[in-house]
Amino acid sequence: MTRRLPIAKMFGATLVLTALISVVMVPIRWNGQGASTAAGPIDTLLDVMIVLSAFVFSLVMVMLFYALWKFKAKPGDESDGEPIHGNTRLEIAWTLIPTIIVLFGAGYSWGVLNDIEDEAENPLKVQVFSQQFAWSFGYPGKDEAWSAGELHVPVNRQVLFKMHALDVIHSFWVPEWRIKKDNVPGIVTTAIVTPNEEGTYQLICTELCGFGHATMRAKVVVESPAEFREWVGGLKQKVPAPLMEQVVQDTEADPLPLGAGGA
Amino acid sequence: MTAAIKRPGWTRAALGLVLGAAFGVGLVVILREISGLPIWQTEQTGYPHVVVPLVTAPLGFLLGFGAFDYWLRWAAGMPTIPEDHSQHGATSWRDYFKFNTDHKVIGVQYVVTTFFFFFMGGLMAMLIRAELAQPGAQIVDPSTYNGLFSTHAVLMIFVFVIPVFAGLANYVLPLMIGAPDMAFPRLNALSFWLLPLAGLMFLGSFLAPGGAFDTGWTGYAPLSTGAPLGQSFFNVGVQFAGASSIATALNFLVTIITMRAPGMTFWRMPLLVWANLSTSLLVVAATPFIAGVQFMVLFDRAIGTQFFEFAGGGDVISYQHIFWFYSHPAVYIMMLPGFGIISEVISTHARKPIFGYRLMALALIGIVVLSYSVWAHHMFVAGMFSWLRVPMMITTLLIAVPTGIKIFSWLGTLFFGKIHTYSTAMLFALAFIVTFTIGGISGVMLGMVPIDIHVSDTYFIVAHIHFVLFGGSVFTIFAGVYHWFPKMTGRMYDERLGRFHFWGTLVGTWGTFVPMHWVGMDGMPRRVADYSAQFGDWNLLISCFAFMLGAAQLVFLYNMIVSWKYGPRAGANPWRANTIEWQVSSPPPIFNFDEIPRVVGGPYEFGVPGAKHAIMSGDGAEAPRPEPATVGTQTAGAP
Repeated sequence: MTRRLPIAKMFGATLVLTALISVVMVPIRWNGQGASTAAGPIDTLLDVMIVLSAFVFSLVMVMLFYALWKFKAKPGDESDGEPIHGNTRLEIAWTLIPTIIVLFGAGYSWGVLNDIEDEAENPLKVQVFSQQFAWSFGYPGKDEAWSAGELHVPVNRQVLFKMHALDVIHSFWVPEWRIKKDNVPGIVTTAIVTPNEEGTYQLICTELCGFGHATMRAKVVVESPAEFREWVGGLKQKVPAPLMEQVVQDTEADPLPLGAGGA
Repeated sequence: MTAAIKRPGWTRAALGLVLGAAFGVGLVVILREISGLPIWQTEQTGYPHVVVPLVTAPLGFLLGFGAFDYWLRWAAGMPTIPEDHSQHGATSWRDYFKFNTDHKVIGVQYVVTTFFFFFMGGLMAMLIRAELAQPGAQIVDPSTYNGLFSTHAVLMIFVFVIPVFAGLANYVLPLMIGAPDMAFPRLNALSFWLLPLAGLMFLGSFLAPGGAFDTGWTGYAPLSTGAPLGQSFFNVGVQFAGASSIATALNFLVTIITMRAPGMTFWRMPLLVWANLSTSLLVVAATPFIAGVQFMVLFDRAIGTQFFEFAGGGDVISYQHIFWFYSHPAVYIMMLPGFGIISEVISTHARKPIFGYRLMALALIGIVVLSYSVWAHHMFVAGMFSWLRVPMMITTLLIAVPTGIKIFSWLGTLFFGKIHTYSTAMLFALAFIVTFTIGGISGVMLGMVPIDIHVSDTYFIVAHIHFVLFGGSVFTIFAGVYHWFPKMTGRMYDERLGRFHFWGTLVGTWGTFVPMHWVGMDGMPRRVADYSAQFGDWNLLISCFAFMLGAAQLVFLYNMIVSWKYGPRAGANPWRANTIEWQVSSPPPIFNFDEIPRVVGGPYEFGVPGAKHAIMSGDGAEAPRPEPATVGTQTAGAP
């Protein structure tokens, strides 16, 4: 009983299929436009994952369709297949190789995570207030200046968002920034982002927060530092007292931006 | 009339329901009177006059139905007959509507009931897709929309996928291990009857003032603690579904551990039995967590505890930790039994022993262990302690390893086999390998924190969970239902309609859920009744495929009903399988075996000359004595 499989041909087919899928899928900007320093590393990680996934998928498809083509029973054939119960070396291989691949993926992701959460020297601190179903923002100053429904930030400067939810959980997401963080009642959460592309974007609530969830959006404007200063200077309102309470409490409790307690 | 009231049955159950409800209302009235509260409702949430009867009325129903009769008589010292089989077996369709202790009857009850809820949940999915076909609001208002997707998810998870596996295993598992029934037949019957109560409660929430519960199946606090009455229907319904799940899991554990036929060592158990052993280990330890956390929400709502009230010192994020400590293992509760089904189907139709049987069993156990250590990957952006993210990422990615072992071992099983694809069960099993691989790949991507930060709570998640739960679990359920349909009904289904259903389901699944990945990554959040116009074309396409997917399920329904009644008679073993359930008639006799079979070899010894899995009564004249446990390991044939 000889058991020969065209291993080289199957592997070759897998590589060709991997290349085909990668050539089609990698150039596509799946995550849409990128407008922060986090977008580059995250999108590159995604591309690497697409190539690795294409390989795994191709391997499965080649194995499946080769087996279906080669070992399909002839009509009327009621005999059994060959009594092969396993192959220890093969089983060790498909335990160890995936382990190495996922550990590589974990290490790479960890690196990217550290990268995008790296704190700069002097970030702009912006308070984010969320409530059913609206966003508002507080800017540093003597009494924080308040903007309802519109977020402005300067380009190429790290922004540290301190997030406060007033009723239920909301989630802060600007797809072009690739940054998302829940706003949780009772605690202050933080996110850092360095926008690197001027333009107008949308802030989307991504945590179900009630019947108005789908409409809970805000306008995001990334502009030059000069325009930004002018805009903040033009803000007439101060952060309302109930919102300000949360900021004060937070500053007293945990002045560290990404401290282990509330990050 | 008095006789009908004395005898357990539907009349007494209806009376019990009414008395239970009255007792619940009375209890609330008395307690409020004693506490000096106004007798009727004044609070915004809570609704004790509804919530307490929600618990007591179903219990009254079960008491009336006779679910507790034997135990109560025993506890009260009244005469009982331990070997009373009067509630066992079915001779007419009416017996399926009774408190029945036969595992085969219960299995059928489970499968039929859960498919009823599958179609209810499916109808909701159709409404959801109709609303999402175009941007803007067309069919339902946002609150109703939130209620629809929440109830859709809860029906599918708690009263379809989880219990339909329990139902299929209920039917075939005792047969597979050569047992006359489950270890605790009365508990088994009680487990089943808890289930329709849970399902009706979820559906009933649409009748509650304020609408169906609309906080998603995750029911995150504090949205859920402040939600209208419908939320309580979920909180209480989960208790019934959870109790049913836990009792069944205990039953499976005891049955598998103590009731295997002589000679059936652990290494000779079919992989479906291994899969249900693993699943039950998850259920018994994890399910109490969701039961507990829903009680905490219920108490926050009804009696003013402040577990999750941030203003009262509660901790909002702890809800998510407790919830996901169940709900992540729950995705394996919804997948491992399916893995077992696929192993049975592929081995049988490829006429090959399972490749690497022992590693397949160990992979299941590996998944059980790892799945307890990954829950916080649902919370990478939730604002939990940031240091927890990396360890949870590593464990999450590692789960891909045992899962990959299973995929490759199924593929290995196909090689050098004689693959038959005439059975719809096999088609679903093969398609499962491909769709589940896609779901696994997107799962690995989601496990990576930086990618998850971007796509979490978007349609990418919706795509992922439907690829693993529909393309994964539901495909295995279809494979299982087609595979054991001849055994359960004694008739064959129509393969031509089966193929029609298969291709409709496969194309519908891919067409519906593949583009969801794309719109999610591109910026469409999940759980929204409305979305920006840029996603309109994709959503229209998704909706069209979804309707096709829904229509294909009607073919399945027709095939099942008509074949059950008029299909050609099935022989004992139409697939020429080796496992014990195929060695008895279809459907099997009332106590399964005239004589308990003796197991003499592994379950998948296709192509091994002279190999036999079990010796049944009748062909046992020249049979050798069952070998002692240690010898059996040689024939199991793993490395």
